[in-house]
Amino acid sequence: MTIRTRLLLIAALILLSVYFLIPRNVTLRERDPDTGVMKDRTEMRMPLKLGLDLQGGMHLALELDQSKQVSADPKRDIDLALTVLRKRIDEFGVTEPLIQKVGDQRIVVELAGITEPARAKAIVQRSAFLEFRITDKANALEKALPAMDRVLRGMGIRGDTAKRPSAVEQLLGADSASKAAKADSATAKKDTAGKPAKAAKAAKKDTAAKPTKADSAVKDTAPVVGGVLSGLIQPSGAAAGSVVPGEYVVPETAFPRVDSLINLPAVGRQLPRGVVLRWSASPTSIGVQSYRFLYALEDRPIVTGSNLEDAQAQLDPLTNGPIVTFQLDRAGGRKFAEETGKHVGDYMAILLDGRVQGRPPVIQSRIGRNGQITLGNRTLQEAQDLALTLKAGALPIPLKIVEERQVGASLGSDSIRDGITAGLVGTALVIVIMVVFYRLSGVLAVIALGLYILFTLGSLSMVDATLTLPGLAGIVLSIGIAVDANVLIFERIREELLHGKTVRLAVDEGFKHAMNAIIDSNVSTILTALFLFQFGTGPVKGFAVTLILGIIASMITAVFVTRTFFMIWLERRPTMSTLSI
Amino acid sequence: MLRLFANANYDFIGVRRYAYGITAAVILPGLLFLLIKGLNYSIEFTGGTLLQVKSKTAVDVAKLRGDLDREGIHGAEIQNFGAANEYVIRARVAKPGTDANDTQAAAQAVSHALDQVLGKGNYEVVRTEAVGPKVGGELRQKAFLAIFLSFFAVLAYLAYRFEWRFGLAAVAATAHDILATIAFIGVMRLEVSLTVVAAVLSMVGYSLNDTIIIFDRVRENLRKLKKESFEGVLNRSINETLPRSVLTHGTSLASLLALAIFGGEVIRPFALVMFFGVFTGTFSSIYIASPVLMAIEKRWPGQLARGHLTPKAAPAPVTSRKPQTVG
Repeated sequence: MTIRTRLLLIAALILLSVYFLIPRNVTLRERDPDTGVMKDRTEMRMPLKLGLDLQGGMHLALELDQSKQVSADPKRDIDLALTVLRKRIDEFGVTEPLIQKVGDQRIVVELAGITEPARAKAIVQRSAFLEFRITDKANALEKALPAMDRVLRGMGIRGDTAKRPSAVEQLLGADSASKAAKADSATAKKDTAGKPAKAAKAAKKDTAAKPTKADSAVKDTAPVVGGVLSGLIQPSGAAAGSVVPGEYVVPETAFPRVDSLINLPAVGRQLPRGVVLRWSASPTSIGVQSYRFLYALEDRPIVTGSNLEDAQAQLDPLTNGPIVTFQLDRAGGRKFAEETGKHVGDYMAILLDGRVQGRPPVIQSRIGRNGQITLGNRTLQEAQDLALTLKAGALPIPLKIVEERQVGASLGSDSIRDGITAGLVGTALVIVIMVVFYRLSGVLAVIALGLYILFTLGSLSMVDATLTLPGLAGIVLSIGIAVDANVLIFERIREELLHGKTVRLAVDEGFKHAMNAIIDSNVSTILTALFLFQFGTGPVKGFAVTLILGIIASMITAVFVTRTFFMIWLERRPTMSTLSI
Repeated sequence: MLRLFANANYDFIGVRRYAYGITAAVILPGLLFLLIKGLNYSIEFTGGTLLQVKSKTAVDVAKLRGDLDREGIHGAEIQNFGAANEYVIRARVAKPGTDANDTQAAAQAVSHALDQVLGKGNYEVVRTEAVGPKVGGELRQKAFLAIFLSFFAVLAYLAYRFEWRFGLAAVAATAHDILATIAFIGVMRLEVSLTVVAAVLSMVGYSLNDTIIIFDRVRENLRKLKKESFEGVLNRSINETLPRSVLTHGTSLASLLALAIFGGEVIRPFALVMFFGVFTGTFSSIYIASPVLMAIEKRWPGQLARGHLTPKAAPAPVTSRKPQTVG
């Protein structure tokens, strides 16, 4: 190859690398925080893709959560979940999200530059299973309560009395509890009279926690049957404002206990067939107490979210609270109209992931394809997130997070700055060593090193590799190692010169003999890097890619580029008898 | 011309027994230490939760530990990370039955406790990692497999390019390096993270590189110097490549030093492991790879071998090279 073609080739490589490193416009798709509308924004960016550890972001690994519901076909469910997640995240508006299946049972989601990790996690994990059910009119739960209590008593569960070991303690306990409750409610009254909202809220929290104890204590000593559940579950009645059939109230503090009791299989069997119990999504306060609604519902949903076509978040013009309006598809609409036509005057509960949203409204007439979900005291953003998850569809099986990594953007930029500092210092040291030891030849090697850095970054951008923190460290390290090929060649040339060869011959021989060692050592390094790539996750994969590309670039620059420099040098000074090496 | 060790003529192979002693003195106590104390795996491998927190004002770590303990976060490891106002809080998965949700809950509990201790808005969580124990276990398995398989790939490549004798000797040296590095990691109480595993694998590549450069010269000299003993050829090859070794290791150490000092807290363990790797890699290329190659040649003589024919040749051939190297 002539010097001319060599130079042309080098120039082409330089141009190619520079081309791939020119900052270009990137279109970002984002949701406007105020209006909730998706917008496209254009930004200038370096084409080098930064890993999550450098630009900040979130990495999640998800698997099917089969603790509550076993998947019949895990493979199919993972694929379904993948499509649902794609749609959801697309709507969420993250630039270049990565959503992919790893192996047969894991999904990896990478969201770069995300600022609200908790929200993103909720969107990814929410099952978003929507269903409509008619509430029970036959007082099924009320009728079943005595039987349930009998079952519980048979199991040795008797409300609070069961836990009390002695009569004295029982007396003392009950006494002090009711005293405390009285004192509390007294202060609460005083507070609400004297100071505004804040104090009242605090007082409410206090009284909510204690009176239940007092309540149950009173019930336990009362001459009535005194079952656990009948003491805690009461028909909502007029207390809640309006009567909804099948609606019951449970003090919020007793909610976990009641939930675990009614979920006992033996207890559940006491309910008549065709009736299921579901909780409301959030507690409601009645007076100073906080309650949770429990609903007895028909077990057959009239329509589910699979018939949903569109969903949108809005503000209710009447209450100014957030609502989600939705539209069913043709088949769903027909079914919905037919069922609601049969149930005029009944109440319909809207369930999301098994929890009743808001209080069930009465069906006034046949309902067609459009409906709305009232969310109560939540933010518009929550409504938007709900709308987008509903639109994207339900997850077949809930997902659990098996791995989570999150890096703040500031830490990422610190890492980049540190990496660049280390790189500059490292390069400076290497330059000093090379020039001190090899003089003019060293200078040539340093120019080759500069090209090496350019080629490595350019090729990283070309193959669309992701630059990670270990990758950055790999580049810095490889700056020290990249000169190895040059060192090998230069040492060989020195040896040949010492053996009394002419400059031209020594250079030729030096390059020729060093080649074997360079190729062998680099190939074996590439081999280990390949294994690293195979085994590693995100950051380490990035490191392996950097290493492999760096080795290839260093072979090109140290061998081909430096050789060309020497050729030009010898061409200009054909009579050179000593080499500056 | 500035040339280090230009006329080097050290009897490397002759003193190999001392070298064995040195390496045994380093590795054996190191491994013993490991047996007793175990490796300090990062939560990526054990499963658990890590929070990196930056507070507005510096808080004493011991105080922070006590306060968090009072808030119900027991047994969490808390360390300063780089600056005085940055901490890393680790809660490992201790019992095997725990699942990923627990690691999620732990992260929440820690940040809740921090709200109480430091006050909301007075700190920033800059990094979170929550790894389920299953994922951690898988990763550990994969890491060992990667190191193990890379052995065979290199052995195969060297067998193809050189001879199986060379491959075996190189792998023996690599095994030595890995043992020494693991001992180093254990004694230094470095955390075994993915980055450190990456450093170990890069160190393997680096050390092999060094071994191959010497072996390449051995192969060349075996062809060129038909009369010299095997030991002499080895010694000569090591001496001839010494200037290169010194310079390359010098530039590598320079960039590693820059990384260790300026590269930031996350990268420092990587730089330290590689830094050690450069030394053990150089050592093993000279004192493990070459003597093992000689031993193999004695046991199963190859085409180019003749060391077994003239065992322990007089040192004369080595000195006779002097005029040439002076040039």
